[in-house]
Amino acid sequence: MKTRREPLTDTQLLMTITICIFIAMYALAMIFLGGGFLRAQQIFDLLNDNAPLIIVACGLTVVMIGGGIDISVGGVTSLVVMSCVLYLNADGNLFVSMLLALGIGLAFGAVHGLLVSYLEIQPFIVTLAGMFFARGMTTILSVNPQKLTHEGLNAIRSIKLEIPWLGYVAKNGNLIPGRIELGVLIALLCVIVIFLVLKYLRLGRNFYALGGNQQSALMLGINVKKTRFMTYLISGLLSGIAGFVFMMHTGAGNATNAAGAEMNAIASSIIGGTLLSGGVGNVIGTFFGTLTLTTIKKIVVTSGLKDPWWQSITTGAMLLFFIVLQSIVLSRRGKSRAKG
Amino acid sequence: MPNETVLTMRGICKQFPGVRALHNVDFSLRKGEIHALMGENGAGKSTLIKVLTGVYGKDAGSIHLDGVEGEANIHSPQDAQNIGIATVYQEITLCPNLTVAENMYIGRGASFLVRRKEYEKKAGQILENLGIPARPRQQLASCSLAVQQMVAIARAVDMQCKVLILDEPTSSLDDKEVQMLFSLMRDLKARGVGIIFVTHFLEQVYEVCDRITVLRNGELVGAYRIEELPQVQLVAKMMGKDLDELNSMNAFERWNRTDGPVVYEARQLSSSESRPFDFQIHRGEVNGFTGLLGSGRSESVRAIFGADHVTGGQVKVDGKPVRITRPIEAMKHGIGYLPEDRKRDGIIADLSVRENIILALQVMKGFFRPLSRAEAEKFADEYIQALNIKTASKDTPIGSLSGGNQQKVILARWLLTHPDYLILDEPTRGIDVGTKLEIQKLVLKLAEDNVSITFISSEIEEMLRTCSRLIVMRDRNIVGELTGDDLTQTRVMQTIAGGEAS
Repeated sequence: MKTRREPLTDTQLLMTITICIFIAMYALAMIFLGGGFLRAQQIFDLLNDNAPLIIVACGLTVVMIGGGIDISVGGVTSLVVMSCVLYLNADGNLFVSMLLALGIGLAFGAVHGLLVSYLEIQPFIVTLAGMFFARGMTTILSVNPQKLTHEGLNAIRSIKLEIPWLGYVAKNGNLIPGRIELGVLIALLCVIVIFLVLKYLRLGRNFYALGGNQQSALMLGINVKKTRFMTYLISGLLSGIAGFVFMMHTGAGNATNAAGAEMNAIASSIIGGTLLSGGVGNVIGTFFGTLTLTTIKKIVVTSGLKDPWWQSITTGAMLLFFIVLQSIVLSRRGKSRAKG
Repeated sequence: MPNETVLTMRGICKQFPGVRALHNVDFSLRKGEIHALMGENGAGKSTLIKVLTGVYGKDAGSIHLDGVEGEANIHSPQDAQNIGIATVYQEITLCPNLTVAENMYIGRGASFLVRRKEYEKKAGQILENLGIPARPRQQLASCSLAVQQMVAIARAVDMQCKVLILDEPTSSLDDKEVQMLFSLMRDLKARGVGIIFVTHFLEQVYEVCDRITVLRNGELVGAYRIEELPQVQLVAKMMGKDLDELNSMNAFERWNRTDGPVVYEARQLSSSESRPFDFQIHRGEVNGFTGLLGSGRSESVRAIFGADHVTGGQVKVDGKPVRITRPIEAMKHGIGYLPEDRKRDGIIADLSVRENIILALQVMKGFFRPLSRAEAEKFADEYIQALNIKTASKDTPIGSLSGGNQQKVILARWLLTHPDYLILDEPTRGIDVGTKLEIQKLVLKLAEDNVSITFISSEIEEMLRTCSRLIVMRDRNIVGELTGDDLTQTRVMQTIAGGEAS
């Protein structure tokens, strides 16, 4: 009896589906498209390019588990990038720039959290306002793209983790090792930390309770307002980190940075098994959700459909596919439970 | 030991704007007893529970709890939990997405980390101890409602509660699940927990409870040992009628017509909300469904009208088999339904009196064949006059009319469709006495014009005055049918209470 395996929870079930589909999709790409997909560097590139998205999506997952939504994340990320680039170009201190990134993120998170939790304003509206505000601030800081000239950071940017045995031999016969940027490590660290918070901290479990049933959470003795506030604070903090990682990746500030990141992050979370209605999801799923989303885009491009709208159409189809799949799986589950 | 008092509430008063919800109510609970809190809707049961659990503050009075020095200060559900008052509500207040063990321990204690293994072990022991068929690592949503309710109780037990409040825990359970819950309650009783049991089901009270406290209109009627209070007297106390007084009241001369052809007949009709029942009504007959709140009277008529999801049974209209699963189908077969909650199901507050009147007729005609403005005006004028509806004009929004006049507008709406069979669910609730009488007269006049009517009211006198046949319901089953000389308050109450002689 004690060792009996329990059926998967909804969270585990949806996450497993995502991981399986990702692996199947990638395997098919390797078989039919070959080329780049056979190299480990393909995955590394996906990670290098999308580390900020992974971080932002983690934050969004936390908010969505708590039953909320945060669409300001792209805007905040962009504001952080521009602020940090301008500050560093003005001979700023590296350490202070990191604090600046975290500070901006936390400030947005805190304001959103306060408005949503304590004034009980709709999160969509609050964070929509936050998004416009952050985008506007970014443009005020600089309309023109700003190239990062800070030597210290540029030095750090160029550090790459090289893994020779995951490399490949180029046409000229040189071995090109697998290269991973620092930002990816930060992103993975974020995933792990948030995973641990969600699983082992009281706070994390309270997020799930809040998203599962707010009224119940209150009756069970959870401080609902504080818990909800914390989800937005974490999302803000992660947007700040994502901004810094974005800057490390591109080395420039641009008013259109991270455009649409909020929508990609929401899509990643949902594909990863987070329910918009709250209470279900986790960041491992979100991590694979991001990979699934970006891989499908890569597949589309590699297949020769290079126009950007094809990626858009595929993203839409992908998202719809997952949402329909999730709703079918969960409703079948509900039915078999009702019978049992 | 069993006589030790664990909870004493004295002189509790609670006032809401315009309503005196509780007035000077005393309540006491002993260790190891199951105490039923009874009363009709609006009697103050819920308010008393909410005062005790800190959802509402009290205006006056005191609460003493065993083991708490002086007066117990309860300002929030958390306060109540902390001093040992646990509540299990009708609606499950757990999180379906978490595991059973998590639901038992979340929101408690102050540790930073989740000690999952420890929780699961402890939860497993408690569940086993109480004989609850749930596994600690199971997701709560995969348990049946009854088990979820028991998990909520297990949580309360683990919190070492002294007082356990069960607020209508049985309303969504089936008979077997109710028995499981009862054996758990008896088990807790043996452990010395004082249980307050709120329910509408009379038989359940007599099955498990030791004492009964009856409230009526926010005042204490009394507290009785279960042996001292037979069911029929309990019903009388809840309704506030003295049996002798009832016996002396004479029936009015009654409209009595059951000789016409059967216009509507249902066999084993059931819906998502009601159990299967048989029913028929003759042309020009006025009958009624009666029973305490929650007995299933409204649910039955909703099934007839197809307002809830119909799950089975055969229906005949004018002797021909028909299918009625949606209100529009019922309407096409000449059935009208005036819903119980006119604010929610009946009026469209922002539309004018005229628009509200023609609504049902328009729906039946189909929206692509609109009534002309002239026709609508004519109908509106006709019925405003016929029913004596007091409104500034026919273009006044219905929301600004008094309750009684709103009710008349909705009645007009159905009369306009010239139904053969009209169901009136609590048409007289919340309206003044004069209008009540007008509506009752109207019902009898319609019956003279060969309309069959089912009339439901919480006030038994009204039903006795208007109906020639009463169908009595208890605990969602039809338990009797009264006609002719049996139509007296005493007989009705006896039947509600279970056929027991007074």
